[in-house]
Amino acid sequence: MVKGFRPETLKEALKLRAQYDCLPIAGGTDLMVQKARGFALKPDFRKPLLFIGHLPELQRLEVINRQIHIGAGVILTDLLNSETIPDIFKEILALMASPPSRNLASIGGNICNASPAGDTLPYLYAMDAQVVLQSTDGERIIPIAGFITGPKQTDLKNSELLTKIIIPQTEFDINMYRKIGQRKGMSLTKAAFLGMANVADGKIQDIRIAFGSVAQTVVRSGKIEQSIVGKSTKDIVKNISEISRQYAALIRPIDDARSSAAYRKKVSLRLLEEFFVSNLAKVSNLRKAQSKGDIE
Amino acid sequence: MKIEFTLNNEFKSINVDPAQRLLDLLREDFGLTSVKEGCGEGECGACIVLMDGRAVNSCLIPAGNIIGKSIVTLEGFRKTARYKMIEKCFLDAGSVQCGFCTPGFVMATESLLNENPHPTDEEIKAGLSGNLCRCTGYNMIIDGVKLAAKRGNGLW
Repeated sequence: MVKGFRPETLKEALKLRAQYDCLPIAGGTDLMVQKARGFALKPDFRKPLLFIGHLPELQRLEVINRQIHIGAGVILTDLLNSETIPDIFKEILALMASPPSRNLASIGGNICNASPAGDTLPYLYAMDAQVVLQSTDGERIIPIAGFITGPKQTDLKNSELLTKIIIPQTEFDINMYRKIGQRKGMSLTKAAFLGMANVADGKIQDIRIAFGSVAQTVVRSGKIEQSIVGKSTKDIVKNISEISRQYAALIRPIDDARSSAAYRKKVSLRLLEEFFVSNLAKVSNLRKAQSKGDIE
Repeated sequence: MKIEFTLNNEFKSINVDPAQRLLDLLREDFGLTSVKEGCGEGECGACIVLMDGRAVNSCLIPAGNIIGKSIVTLEGFRKTARYKMIEKCFLDAGSVQCGFCTPGFVMATESLLNENPHPTDEEIKAGLSGNLCRCTGYNMIIDGVKLAAKRGNGLW
């Protein structure tokens, strides 16, 4: 029988984490599948389990100084039902797994599982989200991009727990998310694209572009984004092949049971084009028309 | 590990491996065989039960996570007026063929209508997106849910 610890407080949990070589578990939706041994059998856990999903300290969802603080134990359903969460993030969450799994799965679990196909990750990267890592020695706050070090790998130390995710409360005028999967519900991502931007006077003020499931970790390039900021949407649309070429160098998918590398790459770049040509250009034209008073 | 929880409105205290799946606990230790194992990976919904009123995949829940929770299986739910309404409507709409997936669909329907008593077709599809059926196809199940929402007005 594997040992289980079920602390009542975060403080107690951190003490146990420091004292024992144990496996933190929240909703269990990833771990129970990864450790499954098959029909009617107990999962194969080799380490004591540290149950943390119920901890009250990890259930908080609040806005502090224009930053959204999400407890690592908050389940996806509660994020979907929250008024604090931006619509684009809800669009992403609504396409994850299914209602009975979203009633169990926590945001912290999706991050710590660090799957290249983790669906919350492109948004968290694009928003420059930070993760709060606590231990009995104190806390570290680091960017999500630094926390996830590779497929299924994170910088979480043996004494630490991920306790909170901090997302700047920035909303964008233009948002486009596409998840490519075999079907709409309950599908694992073959490729994901997230584009967000603010446009004013026909010029791009801020832009965030992230690709999921097409490299070892989320693909986001601050360099390419910076080269786009300040340009007119017209120029960007004209230059789309050059931008596409730059991202093509960063998109390095694999062939697996779910999809082929070639398909993943092609569809990702097509989605990038769709974002620029359809969404960005359309919205900026609309803005122009609005400012001229053509459209209410 | 000592696990104390409520099962079909009765308090239970047991000593089990905290990693044991709720699915196996319900079937093997409590003989509640409405809870089915289909895929064992949270994809098919045949093992759905209610945890604190919400549909969850019991194959994904380690026993350590049900402490202090209220678990309801079809065996407990079938005593309610809501169940009787869903049963009648599923029968009238032809929502059942082999029946293996049916307990999961019934529990998912209860969870959906509890949250949203008058769902649209799209909302029903999204609400049942965690359940697979290989016999009837989904149209007749969706019809059954629509019928339950209509006839059961006021129950949810």
